[in-house]
Amino acid sequence: MRGKAVIEKAACAACHAIPGIKWPQGELGPSLDGFADQGMIAGRFSNRPDLLVRYIRNAPSMTPGTAMPAMPISEGEARDAAAYLYTLHDR
Amino acid sequence: MQPLIFTRFMTVEGLAGWPPPVFDPAGPFAGSITTLAWVLTGMAVAVLAIVLLAIWTALKGRPALRKRLGGERMIWIGGVAFPVVVLTLLLIWGLSLTSGISKPIAGTDMRIRVSGEMWWWRVSYLDGQGREILRDANEIHIPAGQTVALELTSADVIHSFWVPRLSGKLDMIPGRTNVMRIQADKPGVYGGQCAEYCGGPHALMGFVVVAHTPEDFGRWMASRQAPPPAPATNEARRGAALFASAGCAACHAVAGTSANGLAGPDLSYVGARRTLGAGILPNNRGAMIGWIGNSQAIKPANRMPAYTMLPAEDLKAIAVYLEGLK
Repeated sequence: MRGKAVIEKAACAACHAIPGIKWPQGELGPSLDGFADQGMIAGRFSNRPDLLVRYIRNAPSMTPGTAMPAMPISEGEARDAAAYLYTLHDR
Repeated sequence: MQPLIFTRFMTVEGLAGWPPPVFDPAGPFAGSITTLAWVLTGMAVAVLAIVLLAIWTALKGRPALRKRLGGERMIWIGGVAFPVVVLTLLLIWGLSLTSGISKPIAGTDMRIRVSGEMWWWRVSYLDGQGREILRDANEIHIPAGQTVALELTSADVIHSFWVPRLSGKLDMIPGRTNVMRIQADKPGVYGGQCAEYCGGPHALMGFVVVAHTPEDFGRWMASRQAPPPAPATNEARRGAALFASAGCAACHAVAGTSANGLAGPDLSYVGARRTLGAGILPNNRGAMIGWIGNSQAIKPANRMPAYTMLPAEDLKAIAVYLEGLK
């Protein structure tokens, strides 16, 4: 579960409730529960791994004005985090 | 053990990881407590072994032995004299071993006052006369290899100051100053935590102690005498203006600006801090935005309100301004 470790280190959960992360469960951004079954990323881009990795690393370049900043993680780390998000299916 | 502690997850690791920090002292004061703990544990095991042996003898031993074990003499020796002598010696030894930790402040001690507040830590660096020379919060910087005397107090309820790898655990009591010494033998980052239930988000009241080499510590202290750099970009300048207009300055101070609120942590150099929210989040832009926007979801009942009324670009501008304060 390298992706989970990345998510914990970067504190994604400060803004997003993410299944598997007990604390924090931020409420500034959307919950990522069931993310793997969601059709769109940020309501704009189809939910494909390559776009998700790009979005995680640099959201403002894709949706200017979003509160989500570019995250200080590497391409590989973003891929791991994306892999974790794709385990989050609707229950 | 990995000494770098950046997030809550790792702070928990720093307090409850393996080896347990209480058995992994990083300085002489924590070391003496560890020694005491091992000796007391050893004594407890030895006494338990003696008692088990006595029980076994009483049940299965030879009649002559059993008779002696049940005699009045054995009660006086084993039941009265032995515990009185052993416990008295252990008490005297234990108190003298750890007496250096809390001895009164002397003229030459480096002094830092730490005040527990619901639910963060106000930190003041003092000169030899006890005058404040620097304000900070949620992070304590010390020179490695030197003893630092902490003056521990509280602004509201009873808290308890605990950095398991550097010293003991001492209550912070309103209206009182308790002295505890800490020392780190090597540079590093050491996790700390409030150890006395103080209401609401007590469990999320952490901090870090950063030990520098003495030269680095001198440079750090010198750099902090000046106000932080002025915002360098348009976005940061907009953030500084928002910081004032959104009311942040009512509770937070930033040296060199009109922000002089005292109710919350001093933010003069918040961009240089290792953690946000009092030792619980890593200090990156996302965590900063998440904290400003809705700290109540992260640390429920803390005294900073959620600022979800601010649009995303404003939250971001304030975060950009604050991360430049370093």
